[in-house]
This record gives sequence, structure tokens and C-alpha cells, in this order.
Amino acid sequence: MLELRGITKRFGTVTANDGIDLIVEPGQIHCLLGENGAGKSTLMNILYGLYHADEGEILLDGVSQKFAGPGDAMKAGIGMVHQHFMLVPVFTVAQNVMLGHEPTHPGGRLDMAAARDLVRRISNQFGFGVDPDALIEDLPVGIQQRVEIIKALSRDAQVLVFDEPTAVLTPQETDELIAIMRRLKAEGTGIVFITHKLREVREVADTISVMRHGQIVGQASPTASSSELANLMVGRPVELTVKKNAPAPGDAGLQVSALTVTDERGHRVVDDVNFQVRGGEILAIAGVQGNGQSELMEAIMGLRSASHGSVTLDGKELLGSSVRQILDAGVGYVPEDRHVDAMVAEFSLMENMMLDRSVGLPFVKYGTVRQPVVDQFTRERMAEFDVRAVGPHIPIGRLSGGNQQKVVLARELSRDLRLFIAAQPTRGIDVGSIEFVHQRIVRTRDAGVAVVVVSTELDEIAALADRILVMYQGRVIGIVPANTSREDLGLMMAGVTPTTKEDPHVQQFN
Amino acid sequence: MSSNLTSDTTRSASTEQQAPTNSPSQPQAKTTPGKWRTVLREISNGNTIINIFSVIIALAAGAILIGLTDEEVRESFGYFFARPTDALRAFWDAVAGAYSALFQGAIYNFGRPGFLNGIKPLTDTLTYATPLITAGLGVGLAFRSGLFNIGGRGQMLIAAGCAGWIGFGIQLPWGIHMIVAVVAGIAGGALWGGLAGLLKARSGAHEVITTIMLNYVAFYLLSYLLRTPLLQAPGQSNSKSAPTAETAVLPSLLGERYTLHFGFILAILATIGAAWLISRSSLGFRFRAVGENPHAARVAGINVGKTYVMAMLVSGGLLGLAGSFQVLGTTTSGFTPGIDAGIGFDAITVALLGRSRPWGIFAAGLLFGAFKSGGFAMQAAQGIPADIVVVIQALIVLLIAAPPLVRAIFRLPHDGSKLTDSKKVATA
Repeated sequence: MLELRGITKRFGTVTANDGIDLIVEPGQIHCLLGENGAGKSTLMNILYGLYHADEGEILLDGVSQKFAGPGDAMKAGIGMVHQHFMLVPVFTVAQNVMLGHEPTHPGGRLDMAAARDLVRRISNQFGFGVDPDALIEDLPVGIQQRVEIIKALSRDAQVLVFDEPTAVLTPQETDELIAIMRRLKAEGTGIVFITHKLREVREVADTISVMRHGQIVGQASPTASSSELANLMVGRPVELTVKKNAPAPGDAGLQVSALTVTDERGHRVVDDVNFQVRGGEILAIAGVQGNGQSELMEAIMGLRSASHGSVTLDGKELLGSSVRQILDAGVGYVPEDRHVDAMVAEFSLMENMMLDRSVGLPFVKYGTVRQPVVDQFTRERMAEFDVRAVGPHIPIGRLSGGNQQKVVLARELSRDLRLFIAAQPTRGIDVGSIEFVHQRIVRTRDAGVAVVVVSTELDEIAALADRILVMYQGRVIGIVPANTSREDLGLMMAGVTPTTKEDPHVQQFN
Repeated sequence: MSSNLTSDTTRSASTEQQAPTNSPSQPQAKTTPGKWRTVLREISNGNTIINIFSVIIALAAGAILIGLTDEEVRESFGYFFARPTDALRAFWDAVAGAYSALFQGAIYNFGRPGFLNGIKPLTDTLTYATPLITAGLGVGLAFRSGLFNIGGRGQMLIAAGCAGWIGFGIQLPWGIHMIVAVVAGIAGGALWGGLAGLLKARSGAHEVITTIMLNYVAFYLLSYLLRTPLLQAPGQSNSKSAPTAETAVLPSLLGERYTLHFGFILAILATIGAAWLISRSSLGFRFRAVGENPHAARVAGINVGKTYVMAMLVSGGLLGLAGSFQVLGTTTSGFTPGIDAGIGFDAITVALLGRSRPWGIFAAGLLFGAFKSGGFAMQAAQGIPADIVVVIQALIVLLIAAPPLVRAIFRLPHDGSKLTDSKKVATA
């Protein structure tokens, strides 16, 4: 049994964890629910020995523990399945599992056979179906995650912490993971399941603890409704669905024909893609991460040189133009990886607001940045987009994910747009901000702009889409109406061609 | 109901409802320390204090080295336990003598009669600092653009060649000659730097490799040209050029008695210009954006390759200006392939110490100019190798590169960046 007693962790003047009590029984799935920044990760990093608590203690079977680092935590029987896998891509499964505590023959030679046996034994025990000799980079994400679980179990983990494990999985893979978690539970492993997805929590949890602002604000039973849980998480009533009227599609908008993109290794990552988005409608692109959605959007934005086919906006060809020309043609873009592609973390809000307009008016005159103009512009946008920050001069990197995304959104929506592309617009942001971002996207559509939303979250697809395009291995597996069932979408995301009636728009190209 | 109205009302409703969630952050604001404590905290967290302490530690380490090299100190430490006072006194004498010689060689020489003679070392310091500051600005500007310009030497050599050739090869009236020579130097350096930028933009060749290789190309090119009639002085058998024409020599600022020349004014102007470029201009904005995050810059429509070329042009141009100072101000009697005097590399150190900020580089350049000026005086007066000064300079940079070490030695509060990282986590 794992018990956390009065865990408090401060960073400077900020209290990330405030007197947290938590008990995880063997054979129990304890869900830790909370928005990004609620302090879940800090708490788990303390448990895993990466941080030291300022106050409080960790008890395992009633014995107080002192962890100097993850090594101690692992020895004590705490395993962690990280959100971002800690695997060496060019190693085999067995090599990854043995890494850090390699069994050796006398003389220091690696005992690969023992490592393989260990993987096979654990894999069979829980029905993972993992080949010990497969290379990690060849495995699908869902299997890689199982390797992480095997890694933890191979060190006799009594308590397993899953940090946002479903973020990278298809709906089917998520179901399989849930089955695995149930099996682990049946074998007596205690599980801490960190997530912000309400549906999964209700499906699998035995106990639910909700965290907000570094504190446990309540316990809930798995029978609680989604809106009850959301209210606990955010601390106020939340609208989980976006109010939107029927679309009023207008003129041509974006037309993508026979678009093919090859990556650096010569693989076709986008393969003969055709679709159309008219002004005033939202086309949602669904699919499991890594099926060509990112490359498709980058090709439209002029960020991929090896692109063939045609991309027209209001009849004007975009393919082959520079990013600058495409932005000037009236395209707004929210990239999926905010930290890498959308903002400069060390730059102030002001500097980030003018990032895409550093030449000429309104922000630059005679080669000099017009500070007062940028300042005023930033303050206005901060007010309009409800950006919570001390002021326009602080670095954007200090803001929460939700506030950062609002800045990016404000920048992209402040130009005259004909096409708006939002890739994973709500990834890593809190529930309150999700609501806001969704509303702004719908409002942009209602202003007559063609909108493309890329998301791996079916909830988001369902909330925003007027039509849904599903991608699988770089191809369009189908374009279906917004009311298509989750099960059908899940099958399409796994590569099964839909049986539902095809959307009339797609027929123009076939 | 129109859709606009719907989203408007939900939005305003949501902002009202969101207001309470903001309240937990307000107690935090209240508990933040007072203004002075914040300022103090920022200073002690900040980089300036680390730099100052680094200099102090390096000087202390230098003191030990001075003691070790001193004959008398070593002798007296041989019977340390018999008479420790001897050893300590000898040590103190050696270090105090060395550092006072360093000071007298760099700032003010009390040994000379009259203020005008005594102050000469300070003007020497400024003379040494002039090319260091200018070259440091060039390297620092490249740093801000995410580029490691290790090619200062090559850029300075090409610039010296260009400025020098104009300086003795053609005849122009006073003033104009000087301006043309300086501009030619800047252009030569910019060309050499821009070449590395172009290679990076076009082929992705890493600028560290290309600039280092271009150093060799420049060195041997200049060596060769100094053996051809183009640059070699008539009647010379060595690789040496003719002296710079009187009309092209940068005028003395304080009269013939001092070495300080007009280049120092240009260095100040270059610092002002670089400060404007980096923090106020749109070009500098793109430099910094590309330097901090080239991915985001590219997505925002900034031409990253072109920005690299521009940054290397400007960086090379500043190093070229430093190269022109060498032939038009410091060594006007004709130059050799060693005219760069290692300044292209010292500039990297200066830029690091100045944290790539123009006025920081200015201060760092002054400090290193003082070390250079004082080092020679120290060697002459005390017989302590001037190389010790180079060791001290190296230690300063080493310590700046390892701030946790300095913090540990002086028990400074923890790194500010960790604090902001945790804030990111905690204040979502």
C-alpha cells in the first residue's frame, strides 16, 4: 500500500503541492484528475524521486521512504509510464527493458537470453504480445507503451504510475490499455492513473481524486457524471459542448487536389490527398497521431518543399509559394507543436504578437519596431482573448499552456483571413481555455472563413466538425458527416474503409 | 438567434465565471517580497552578479598561480612550518606586487610624474579595448542570431587586407581616404562572414566548420598576397605591407603622446548601433527570433536562410571594422599575416563575458583591454609571465559557463530559471 502524507512542494513563492494526502491500495486504480498545471506532475515527480518534498512523507506499507532519485523509487517498487516514452528507438524491446539493470554473464558480457526471457514471461503473463527482438522504432505507439509497462514490471513494480497514457493512442488502443490496466489490477498492482479525460476516468477508476491549484479538492466516485467531474476540476460550471449553428458554406475556399508529400527519407507521408473546404465551414481532420496530418498541414503552409499536386485558396495556387506569401494570402495557422513552431518562449507577449509581421506596417516603420503600437495592440488582444498575464512585457514561456495558446490564436486571428488552420488547438491546455478556443474557432467559421481543424481527440472532432476527414497512413480513408458514430470513426482511424455513405463533396474528385 | 450573438453571450458569461478562478493567484501576488527585495533577488539571481564573482574568483586563482611562479614564494614555502610568516609575506608581496603592476599598467601609473603621464595606461587600455569591443559585438550579434562565428580571425584578416590596400595603395585626400579604407574593411569582413552565412543557408553547412576553415583560407590568402606586389612593400623580403598612408590613419584622440585613436569613438558608435539593431530594429527582431527559435520564425514567415546570411554579413562587417582598426589605428607601419593578433578569438570570450549584450560587451571589452595593457606592464615590472593574464581570462569564461559553481562558492540563491520553470507548472 502506498500512502502520501501531507506532501507540500514549493518553488520559490509558488506552492505547487499543498498538503496532499493520497492512498493507493494494491489492486486498485486511483485516478488523479486535474487540469494542466494543477500539480499532478509535480506530485508524481516527488513520488518518483525526481523532486524532493518540502514537507510530508511517502510511506510504502507503512514504512517511510526517502528517495534520492528515480533509482530508489524503482527499487522500492514504484514504476512510471511516462507520457513521452523513455525508450531508445534503435534498441530492441529486450535491450530497452534491460537498460539500467542489465543481466550479465561473468566477465561483464550481456546476458541477452535472460533479458529476452524476462520480456517474454511478462508479455505472456499479461497478454501483451510483444516480441522481445523487435526494434522500438518499428513498433506502433500503443506497443511502445506496453514496452514501458514491461520495463516497470520487470523491476517488480508494486505501484504503477501512468502519466496521461492515452494522449497518443487510438480509441481502440485506449480500450486495450484499459483492459491491460484491469488485468494489472487483478494481479494486485496498485495503479495511479493521471489524466484529464473524463470518459476514461469514469470507465476505469475505483477512486477519483481531483486536484486543483496544488490541492486535492475532492474525491469522487466513478459514478459521478462528466460535468460533475469537470466542475470539480475547474472549480466552476463548464460547458462541455460548443454551441454552434448549422454551417452556411459559401464560396470555393480551400481546394486540395492530388497532394503528395515525401519526407526526408523518401517515404510518402501524404499520399494523393483530395478535399475541399468552403468558406464558413469546419472540416475536422481526424486520425491517430503520425498518419500524415501534420505533414499535410505543413505542405499547405509551404513548410514542406517535397510536395506535389495542387493547393488552391479562392482559386489561387498556393503550392510552391513561400510561407510569407501564403500567410499574406490570408491564411492563419495554429501549429500543433506550440512550443516549437508557434512561439518563441524567451520572447515577450509583444514580440510574439508581432512574430509574423516583422516587416513593414503596422508594427515596423523605417526599419524600427514601433513599440507603442505593438504594446497597445498586445494589450487589446490580451483583453479580447482573455489572456491572463502580468503584462505584455513578460516572456510567453512563463504563461500556462492555455494562455500561451490564446496568444497564438490572437495573433493568427488578427489578420484578414480566408483560411484558418488549427492543428491540435487544445493540446495541453486547461478545460476553461478549451471552451474559449472552441468558441473562437466557431466564430471564425461564422465570419465566413474556411476552417480546418486537425485533432486526435474525438471529443474535439465531435464538438467542432461540420464534416470529418479521417486520415490513415497518409491517405484519406474517408470524408464523413459530423454525426458519424465514434465506433465508425475509430475503425476508420485504424484503417478500415467506412461503410457509411460518403460525403457528397468527396465525389467531385473521385 | 444569430450565431455571433450566441458565442458573444457565452463568452461574456464565461469570463464572468472565470473571474473567481483567478483569485487563488492573488494571495501569491501579496506574498511576493517587497520591491527592494525583488530587485535584490533579481540581481543575485541575475547574470551580472555571476560575472562579477567570476572575475573575483579568477583573480583569486590567478593570485595562487602568481605565487607559484614566484621564486621567493616557493623558497619560503620550503620552510613553511618553521616560519610561516615568511611564506605568507612573500606570497602577499608577490601577489600584491603583481596586481598593483597590473593596475598601474592598465589604469593609472602612480610612478610617473604628473597626471598626464600617470593616466597613459588608461588610454592604452582603451586602445586595446577598441578592436576587442568591435569584434566582440560582431561575435555577440551572431550569438544572438543562433550562430557561432568562430571566423573572426579570417574576417579580420580579409578586412585588414582590404583596408590596408586602400590605406597605402591609392591616394585620396585626408578624411575621405580614411572613410573609404574603413568601409573597404567592413565590406571585406562582411563578405567573408556572409560567405559562411550563404553556405549555411544554401547547403546547411555548419557555420562553426565553415568559419574555421575560412580562417585558414584567409590566413594563407593574405600570406600569399603579402608576397606579391599587390600587398608587399617594395624592397621588402618579408611578408609585410607598406605603411598606411598618413591620409588614411585614424587620427589620435588625445594628441601624439597617447595611442588612443578615433577608432574608439567608432567602437562607441558601433555599440550604440548594435544596441539599436538588436533591441529596436525589425532586422534585429528577426535575428533574435531566428536565434531563439528558428522553427517558430520559419512558421511565422521569416526567411531563416536569408536571416542567417544577413546576420553573418553584419557580424562579419563588425569584425571587419575591428580589422580596419588594426591597420589604420594600431599598427600603421605596415602589416603581416598576424595582424589580427588573436582578437578574432578573444572576441568570443568578450562576447560570452558580455552575455552577447552590446553594453555588456563594451564593458567586457574594456576589462580585457585592461588585462592586455596591464599584463605587459606586469611582466615588465615584476617578471611575472603575461600569460597568467590569459589564464585569468580563460578562468573567467570557464566560471561564467558554470554558474552553479559560482553560486555554490558564494552561497547565492538558486538559479532563477528553475524558478520560472516551476512557475510554469504551478500557475496554470
